[in-house]
Amino acid sequence: MSLTEVNVTINGKSYSEWVEPRMLLSDFIRETCGLTGTHVGCEHGVCGACTINMDGLAVRSCLIFAVQADNCEITTVEGLACSGELTALQKNFIECHGLQCGFCTAGILMSITDFLEKNPQPSVKEIKETLSGHLCRCTGYEGIVKAVEKTVQDNNKEVLQRS
Amino acid sequence: MKPAKFDYYRPKDVSEALSLLESSGFDGKIIAGGQSLVPIMNMRLATPQCLIDINSLHDLNFIDSDDQTLKIGTMTRQNTVETSELVKSQCGLVTEAVAHIGHLQTRNRGTIGGSIVHADPSAELPLVLMALNGTLHISSEEETRTVKAEDFFLTFLTTDMMPNEMLTEIHLPIWKGRVGSSFQEVARRHGDFALVAAACQLELDAHDKISDIRLALGGVEAIPLLIEDAKELLAGEKITDQAVQKIAELVGSSVEPESDLHASATYRTQLAKVLTARVLYQAYERAKG
Repeated sequence: MSLTEVNVTINGKSYSEWVEPRMLLSDFIRETCGLTGTHVGCEHGVCGACTINMDGLAVRSCLIFAVQADNCEITTVEGLACSGELTALQKNFIECHGLQCGFCTAGILMSITDFLEKNPQPSVKEIKETLSGHLCRCTGYEGIVKAVEKTVQDNNKEVLQRS
Repeated sequence: MKPAKFDYYRPKDVSEALSLLESSGFDGKIIAGGQSLVPIMNMRLATPQCLIDINSLHDLNFIDSDDQTLKIGTMTRQNTVETSELVKSQCGLVTEAVAHIGHLQTRNRGTIGGSIVHADPSAELPLVLMALNGTLHISSEEETRTVKAEDFFLTFLTTDMMPNEMLTEIHLPIWKGRVGSSFQEVARRHGDFALVAAACQLELDAHDKISDIRLALGGVEAIPLLIEDAKELLAGEKITDQAVQKIAELVGSSVEPESDLHASATYRTQLAKVLTARVLYQAYERAKG
């Protein structure tokens, strides 16, 4: 079999491409679509760097073939900031020193964004469990945990102010 | 780390999937969540010529129950099972076990059936299936058959299924009465494969004595190990330190784990004894309520 058509929406933009079935979604996003914010680390689902959001769920793009994303809605790290404004989580990563080299950051942001949507009041244990799906060799994770905790606190303040 | 070439098919229904599987012979492979299959394809440990993607088969994505049985479709995502109130109320052991599978991101994609047919000796779902002696519903183009968990797992990564067969659903018995269960595992990091895991479900009579019990261990043999003597030794007994000690010693002398990079055989044997004790105590406390 040669090429298969894939129609997919990434960060609100439609892409229609012909790909080999064996092309990983991570490679499709980076090389075919040119969205290099999604990083590729281990390519066997361990490091978490390639995590994206597909149809509302954080998933590893190195464990999905591009052809499987046909008719799916995808968000990558490029799609988080709205009109150039970073999300609260992204800002807190900067403020709390949640990154150094930044290789793991895109994947972590995608996981935690999904995680906080479904669990807006997580315990520290739950935050750490979620982060266990990501390898970071710079920060020792402390800064990342703080950034997530601060985002939860900021969201709570915002909810209080609104009510 | 790129997979070898393969032909890709996306059948629209189960019969088309089975027909594709039949015609592709030994070269065909079903892909569900792909969380075990794609890593081994990326590493070229598996090079299927033909991949049959069942992600569009929504008929295989369900959780249902009647009075006696919890039924889960093979394509049901692990995360869906983990957060299902029905599963939690009817078969809490499954809910507890699923939380230990991989990570949030892999459970969002990984399926119930995929993990079971992959049959990793330290995986959680095969262990639970063995602990509860669930029933697997398997289809090929010619027939649909059922097989009990005790007869399903053959050895490392090998099951009773033929290349032209597909798992469609699993059935788990719903225990009534004063039931308690417990799942415990030790892994180097949260989400890693378990070094050893233990699962137990038991039922108590009105006098807090055990009327039924199933105990199984993962990671100690090529397939999940059912401790068949547990029922004989514990039926009519209460869970006491002495009783737990007796079962732990029995487990210690029955398991023959292998040493590998992650843990020595001696350490795994020790873990098997410790985790056996923990699940017995916890399941008992939960059953007493």
